[in-house]
Amino acid sequence: MNKMLIIFQRELAGYFATPLAYVFIVIFLVMSGIFTFDMGAFYERGQADLMPFFGFHPWLYLFMIPAIAMGLWADERKSGTIELLMTLPVKLADVVFGKFLAAWVLCVLALSLTFPIWLTVNYLGNPDNGVIVAAYLGSALMAGGFLSIGSCMSAITRNSVVAFILTVAICFVFVACGTEIVLDTVSWAPQFIVDAIAGLSFLTHFDSISKGVLDVRDVLFFVVFIASWLFASAIVIEIKKAN
Amino acid sequence: MIEISHLTKKFDNFTAVDDLSFKVEEGEVLGFLGPNGAGKSTTMKVITGFLSASQGSVTVDGHDIATDPMAVKSLIGYLPEGAPSYPDMTTLEFLDFIAEIRGYSDEEKRRRIEKVINDVELRSVCHKTIDTLSKGFKRRVGLAQAILHDPKVLILDEPTDGLDPNQKHHVRKLIRNLAKDKIVIISTHILEEVSAVCTRAIIIAGGRILADGTPKELEGRSAYAGAISVQLTQDFDLQAALAGDQDIRAVEQAEDNARHYILLPSANKQIFGKVSEKAQSGHWPVAEYHLVEGLLEDYFRSVTHDSALASRDAQNAASATTTQQQV
Repeated sequence: MNKMLIIFQRELAGYFATPLAYVFIVIFLVMSGIFTFDMGAFYERGQADLMPFFGFHPWLYLFMIPAIAMGLWADERKSGTIELLMTLPVKLADVVFGKFLAAWVLCVLALSLTFPIWLTVNYLGNPDNGVIVAAYLGSALMAGGFLSIGSCMSAITRNSVVAFILTVAICFVFVACGTEIVLDTVSWAPQFIVDAIAGLSFLTHFDSISKGVLDVRDVLFFVVFIASWLFASAIVIEIKKAN
Repeated sequence: MIEISHLTKKFDNFTAVDDLSFKVEEGEVLGFLGPNGAGKSTTMKVITGFLSASQGSVTVDGHDIATDPMAVKSLIGYLPEGAPSYPDMTTLEFLDFIAEIRGYSDEEKRRRIEKVINDVELRSVCHKTIDTLSKGFKRRVGLAQAILHDPKVLILDEPTDGLDPNQKHHVRKLIRNLAKDKIVIISTHILEEVSAVCTRAIIIAGGRILADGTPKELEGRSAYAGAISVQLTQDFDLQAALAGDQDIRAVEQAEDNARHYILLPSANKQIFGKVSEKAQSGHWPVAEYHLVEGLLEDYFRSVTHDSALASRDAQNAASATTTQQQV
């Protein structure tokens, strides 16, 4: 069997062998409920779409995803199992991707368990289900983006709390650089710089996907983003090997 | 064959392994001895590919760990220090994971896991999660994953550390049984272990080899090799009785008992016959006397306290201070 899949299975089983997966899923569902119905005014808007639901995802992920990602490497380093893992005949790329994929599947599982809200909106009105599917896809890709940053930050340190804080900080930058507050502050700069800053943000790409505009460039942004941060994770681990 | 040539490993300003070279052949059980911080674990981590060398090379059966790590890693079974394993897996799940990573499936996988569970006696803890196991069992699980693929090279970092005497005995027996036509490298600071299982011992300190030989040879180099232990029944001035004898270098009082003496021979002298004669003719009040076998511990202490080392340590300490000042 493919070694990446073996790592993936072990990692995923690891999440469910401890309360971690269950706590994550429950908190994720409760939080997305609060955001959608309370802060997002789902009913009061009187519109049959899921904008209030998806709109809060970047901010929900900002704290939830680093909590999953922080242990990816830091825990292995702390418990010494990284020494076991890295001396087994398995390529680093397989380990990096297998671990990432397991964490991502957990996030996607939590996300897919929000399906009652999709049923609700269909019961209450006639939403554009194509837009909703696109938004789910965008949200899953964005979760992968957050996770890939977390993978790299977790590889840097053996302390998972430090990894959490670093991940939140960097993710915040990538979310915030698409907000109007930030873009207004840099509006003195040439337009191409403002566009570049906005183009680096999760918000920009997620917003356009969640409006149902499934542009290849937006999908490509997340794919390249994830690949780059995973590559950075592998480099960090290689550097640690030399020191 | 493992060939280590001019291996150096530096961590910032600290040199953990310093220009180390040696070869290990099939069938050898090499004991890696040294005080804490001598570079034993670091050397093992480089051989197994967990750390990369600053300089020098490590080859296993002709495969270089730097250029062909996958080939080397498939040949090696490794028990890292402290026997780390995934605490929330059961013993069986853990071994299953290792077997799959090692490329086994179906019948072959079941057969190997079954065999290793028997060899290391893990039957009773198969379905327990690893974090609930005792230290001894955790160590055995670590050993089980290391020998699962019947590796040509077995590297065990302090395999008996923290085990009780029965468990130690069991692990040593296991290592002796495994050793045929394999290369085994064991690090330890328990010297009796070296005499018990190793065919060869290397003493390292400060990242350098200080001695290399069979445990017997190293014991023979001890100051106590060929010494006579004499237990007296009443007070008697042995010093005076042996004064002026050229063959006897010194008479030491043993630490344990006031009437217990150690007679040290001069270089290359056999003194047993002479002492025996003198004891009879001088009517010594002897309870018993016997030839002391060389003490590995004594030799170990004498070489690891070498003055050259002390100066090296001082140098490392000095560079550490410099770093602090820079900070």
